Amino acid sequence: MKRVPVLILAAFAPLMLGQAQPILVPDVSQKKVEIIYSFTGAELLLFGAILYPGGKSPDKPADIAVVLKGPFQPITVREKQKVAGIWINAESTRFRSVPTFYAVASSRPLDKLIDERTASIFELGLGNLQLSPASGATPAEQQRFEAGLTDLRKRTGLFAQADNDVKITDDVLYRARLAIPARVPVGKYTAETFLIQGGRVIAAASLDVEIHKSGFERFVASAAENSPFTYGFVAVALSVALGWLAGAVFRRF
Amino acid sequence: MDIYLPIANLSVNALVIIGLGGLVGLLSGMFGVGGGFLTTPLLIFYGIPPTVAAASAASQVTGASVSGVYAHLQRNGVDFRMGGVMVAGGVIGSIAGAWLFRLLQESGQIDTVIAMLYVILLGGIGALMARDAIVSIRATRTGVPLKVRKRRHHPLVASLPFRWRFYRSGLYISPLAPLLLGFVTGILTVILGVGGGFIMVPAMLYLLGMTTQVVVGTSLFQILFVTMAATMVHATTTKAVDIVLAALLLIGSVTGAQFGARLAQKIKPDYLRLLLAAMVLLVAIRMALGLGWRPDEIYTVTIS
Repeated sequence: MKRVPVLILAAFAPLMLGQAQPILVPDVSQKKVEIIYSFTGAELLLFGAILYPGGKSPDKPADIAVVLKGPFQPITVREKQKVAGIWINAESTRFRSVPTFYAVASSRPLDKLIDERTASIFELGLGNLQLSPASGATPAEQQRFEAGLTDLRKRTGLFAQADNDVKITDDVLYRARLAIPARVPVGKYTAETFLIQGGRVIAAASLDVEIHKSGFERFVASAAENSPFTYGFVAVALSVALGWLAGAVFRRF
Repeated sequence: MDIYLPIANLSVNALVIIGLGGLVGLLSGMFGVGGGFLTTPLLIFYGIPPTVAAASAASQVTGASVSGVYAHLQRNGVDFRMGGVMVAGGVIGSIAGAWLFRLLQESGQIDTVIAMLYVILLGGIGALMARDAIVSIRATRTGVPLKVRKRRHHPLVASLPFRWRFYRSGLYISPLAPLLLGFVTGILTVILGVGGGFIMVPAMLYLLGMTTQVVVGTSLFQILFVTMAATMVHATTTKAVDIVLAALLLIGSVTGAQFGARLAQKIKPDYLRLLLAAMVLLVAIRMALGLGWRPDEIYTVTIS
């Protein structure tokens, strides 16, 4: 195993000549995640190499943070309040651009790696997402709704933050596993990798990952969307046929 | 055995859903109800989004009522004229229901409205059924026969203009009354995913004053077609009908319904009614508690 980083370095050696900044060579275990009938979630492995100029790793080892985020949607967050004894949706606020899925992992706790300003520039960490609130709510209200949203999505596994989950081998190779829950929406995702040293992001790279339904699931979802009338008719026919069949079978006994 | 639901976008245990369908089917066979009033809340408790639950439960009710309609047709227990008027009302109602559904969804109150309707309807009907069942059980025990209620339609129904003859039901009333009844249940079918039998049967008996022999058959006939219409309406408007979920529910419920129908012949009808009333009240109480207790998560997200 020790030989692998050396080999990778050797392979990239010509590229690195005269390079002052380190570069990242990222990869993911799956560029396309397919949702089929047995899908109960997946695990995405984000890994890669850090190439330092001259092949020498610095004296003070750098840290890595990886982010997987995807389909951005405008959403409305509603808050329930007790009105006349029952809990009903009372206040609401809108956000223009919210990732439906956001998972971040880092080699050390994020708040020890970077300051708040850097964190919000690169949207690193659950508290630092730029959600572009659309309504004229006060900052305190926005914060309350953002906290509510984050908490809600954390419960379903759609938002996750794992400190210490990126493993770095010999200051050169890194890898991290991110869990994708079964409720994940389909769409385009980006996997970002950040190399962090001395509180600054010194290199970044990103890759596209696509999550889509395939086979029967894709067929059903697109039929429901594109030919709703036929789809509804098939659903009705299916229920009548099954109801009839059971009756017919049982009449024989 | 986990299986992914392509429209609900989550994976469920197939056996749990089939079992749930089977349980509801058993009850629906025993009591002659569609069972939608149990399916939708149970699916919601299991974690299926309310819209998908209501949309897919309607097709389960369709499947459950098919063999019931067939059985009643065999013994000439369906008033087609009355049923046809109710279906017409139901189809119009389901379209109106879809419009109402969207309106409520946009204002963010759909979940509360669903829960409140369940509490009011199930609580009211359950209490009435329980009272009736207890009164008649007491009558059988003490041996004092109940006064036979005179079959009559409600004065309000009598005041409606423009009368038709409904021979099988033994009625000469305005078709507007069954049309309106169909309309109301059509709305409920789309919003709650219920067939509406638990409202129709008492309404047909006590408001319209129909002959008892055709009440259940005609209500099943109406439920069959209106749940079909509701499935179509959901498929074309909310696009929330999950055919995989519906198929799993159906497999369980159509089988359960057959066993339930056989089981029902072994239990005294009065006790059966009391049992059903208890179950209806239980669901209503659970829903009421859900409204009053502080929910686990007070925030909800919708895509706008």
